Amino acid sequence: MAAGTVHPSIAVLERNLTLYRRLWRASVFSSFVLPVLFVISIGIGVGGYVGSVKGVDYLSWIVPGVVASTAFQMALGESTYAVLGDFKWSRAFHAMRATPVQPRDILAGHLLYLLFRVTIAVLTFLLVVLFFGALRSPWAVTVPLACALLTVATAAPVCAFAASIDSDSHFALLFRFVMIPASLFSGVFFPIEQLPVLIRPVAYVSPLWHAVELCRSATLGTAPPWPVAAHVGCLLLWAVAGTLLAVRRFRRRLED
Amino acid sequence: MIFARDLVKRFGDFTAVNGIDVEVAPGEAFGFLGPNGAGKSSTMRMISCVSAPTSGELRILGMDPVRDGTRIRARLGVCPQLDHLDPDLTVRENLTTYARYFGLSRAEGRRRADELLDFVQLRDRAGSMVEPLSGGMKRRLTIARAMINEPDIVLLDEPTTGLDPQARHLLWERLFRLKQRGTTLVLTTHYMDEAEQLCDRLVVMDGGKIVAEGSPRSLIETYSTAEVVELRFPDGLDLNADYAAKMSGIGERVDPLPDRVLLYADDGDAALTEVHRRGLTPSSVLVRRSTLEDVFLHLTGRTLVD
Repeated sequence: MAAGTVHPSIAVLERNLTLYRRLWRASVFSSFVLPVLFVISIGIGVGGYVGSVKGVDYLSWIVPGVVASTAFQMALGESTYAVLGDFKWSRAFHAMRATPVQPRDILAGHLLYLLFRVTIAVLTFLLVVLFFGALRSPWAVTVPLACALLTVATAAPVCAFAASIDSDSHFALLFRFVMIPASLFSGVFFPIEQLPVLIRPVAYVSPLWHAVELCRSATLGTAPPWPVAAHVGCLLLWAVAGTLLAVRRFRRRLED
Repeated sequence: MIFARDLVKRFGDFTAVNGIDVEVAPGEAFGFLGPNGAGKSSTMRMISCVSAPTSGELRILGMDPVRDGTRIRARLGVCPQLDHLDPDLTVRENLTTYARYFGLSRAEGRRRADELLDFVQLRDRAGSMVEPLSGGMKRRLTIARAMINEPDIVLLDEPTTGLDPQARHLLWERLFRLKQRGTTLVLTTHYMDEAEQLCDRLVVMDGGKIVAEGSPRSLIETYSTAEVVELRFPDGLDLNADYAAKMSGIGERVDPLPDRVLLYADDGDAALTEVHRRGLTPSSVLVRRSTLEDVFLHLTGRTLVD
């Protein structure tokens, strides 16, 4: 190689950032404004009626939930049409495949790009809620790490799914049967102890719940329901299994 | 540069490439010619290290495409049949982004992008998005992109399919220059004029096999006559076969088509004199030199394949 100055996965990341530079305005609302509106309306509006949860004012209680669920929705949403499109419509992944870039680099570049997007959104959000006094522990600095882990744990399996389907109508199923239930039953808005015992396992398998609990223990300075290692372990399991599956799916899809 | 021996590609029960031998020398412009479904594109995908051969031996630049795929791809330029440019990037960004995939520095990527934009005459569209470009411009951009890594071999899968005549000629001229610089070109086409324009040597494929091999000139000499007489008859539609029968023995071969009769002869005028002597009165006559198209149709038949 003439001047091997850049790793292929970084080259893919750069391409995604070049695209994002042109499209970022469209994402400002969903990534930055919406979560803040959420906190104001639910945290302050609903919180006025709810009062406190487990001895914590409702606003401070849902802030970590909203930040994790924002990361979750970004990771999931950005790994659907965008990924299928680069396989099927623009065929940009096929173009990459004709170069030294390998399927694993394509996936890595996409995940790095999401980590960048999510981290910026999380930091902005944390800064805003800091002024509402919703961060009660210096451990809050670990929230971006938990959200980064959640991003990979969510995006990798969704990428594998996107690489396996041929029609974008399948995404409707993903949104309806995965994203919405996960957002509702992962302890974002209320403690999962409120859920019937039968439904609680939905939260246990959801990567979002583990991230919500990690973020909550960080911003409130309390211990999470499971040991930290167990929550991190579940997220890692999703991330590793999802990544392995996605690399296989990417490779197969690009062989055709 | 490329060496294949008894190369086979199967998809389930379907054999796309059925034991071909190919050798391409440095600096050569080599063509795969054949009707749709002949196995050209499958062969190209194996050469571009995207699909693994089912059996047989394949060496690209002296390396094994299955084991050394990444190293080989670093030295190939691939121009696929379907353009897959990045539609949301500008013309120039398509090149600079691609340069990074090959590990080039940003400065080097910019330098080569500008040079290639000049080469394919797209400098004035550098800042434009890809979508509004014409088909010919997109194809030129795809070729420029395939050259960003200064490849040893450029692979072109049906480079001018779907382009208008002006765009095709511009593209041919650019590819000819590329060839003059010593780049090895490997292309597939089903256009005979394209093969004659660009290829030093070509193989004709049909049903996954190579049915003929040689330079365009030598193929015409081997598989056709020097000249062809095209005869049309006023009532030809149903009677061309009868007319052809009456011409048997003239020239080397008579081929009745629905709309005309082709008479293959080394001396077209002499053959035509003989036709008239037999009392046949065609309504129009054309004596022309044999082309690769005659070879192609002779070798691969006239049945329509999809």
